[in-house]
Amino acid sequence: MNEVWLIVGMFVITFGIRFIMFAFAGKITFPIWMQQSLKFVPPAVLTAIIVPAVVMPTGEIDFSWHNVYLLAAIFSVVISVVTKSLLKTIFFGMLLFLLLKFLMG
Amino acid sequence: MQTNNNSNSIKKAEFLGGAKAAVPLIVGGIPFGILFGTLAPSSGLSVWATMAMSLIVFAGSAQFIVLALIAVQAPLEVILLTTFVVNLRHLLYATALVPHISHLSLPLRSLLAFGLTDETFANMSQRYQPNSPLGDDHQFAHFFYLGSMFSFYVSWSSATAIGLILGNVIPDMTSWGLEFAMSVTFIGMVIPYLNTKAMFSAMLSAAIASLYFAHLPNKLGLIVSALIGVAIGLTVVHFQKASIPQEKQI
Repeated sequence: MNEVWLIVGMFVITFGIRFIMFAFAGKITFPIWMQQSLKFVPPAVLTAIIVPAVVMPTGEIDFSWHNVYLLAAIFSVVISVVTKSLLKTIFFGMLLFLLLKFLMG
Repeated sequence: MQTNNNSNSIKKAEFLGGAKAAVPLIVGGIPFGILFGTLAPSSGLSVWATMAMSLIVFAGSAQFIVLALIAVQAPLEVILLTTFVVNLRHLLYATALVPHISHLSLPLRSLLAFGLTDETFANMSQRYQPNSPLGDDHQFAHFFYLGSMFSFYVSWSSATAIGLILGNVIPDMTSWGLEFAMSVTFIGMVIPYLNTKAMFSAMLSAAIASLYFAHLPNKLGLIVSALIGVAIGLTVVHFQKASIPQEKQI
């Protein structure tokens, strides 16, 4: 991968999205349905990254008790719901993951 | 009319106020910057590109997602398409802020756009509340914006550099299964969204779709699943409108 194009491309896209409304200073607006759909984007993208990463860590779907990624992920979801804290979720989720990995080899 | 001296002290108060408002969010953000710098080289990104991403792109969650894509050798087009989709939410922020910044010069507006992160948007939303400690005169509120974005920029870049150094001192982090750190970070980011039926439906359908489409070429399953999730979420909102008169705004 060409890293120069990676950085340039990511900059143009990110800055472009942030700048376009400011550039036209209120002369363009988006339809309501589009504004509504935008708020679903980050959670939908993140979910679509997390689920395959923890359900199929080896490339095949694995819903068994031997899948430490899945076990630690389910635990992290519970921690997140209970504590509502991002840092606590990462800390305890990671702790359980390393523990399970150590115990189950 | 305000004297020059007076307006200078207001500008300074606004800038410092913005920097101060950013502090709690910076404290939460520093571990992520460090984590990003630590994980980036083991995902296959060079040191200079890791640093350049924080300094030039300056988009926390997109940077993490791109790392995950680089780790599975996704092609550049897919990485850029994903960056686009993930950062689309900034359009919402910009739309909300436009009325407050449209009187400023174009160069200043482009500088402010560069620093339009989730955190600075959160800071500005508070600044424009009627009960803001700095009052409801917003003539120099863009200095508050500058104070907030500048603090984030410095802390995010520094944290990335610290993470790069740490990752270098403690090598072979991948063998510890640290790629799970990314999954757990995303879990912690995504769960707080789960507060409406529409959002739950969007995320559940994206989850199922992501497994079904996992073997699409070029990791395109990610984009396809995310779009399915968004479409399902919109559909649920549409059907709810009949029973609920007002949809809660962000």
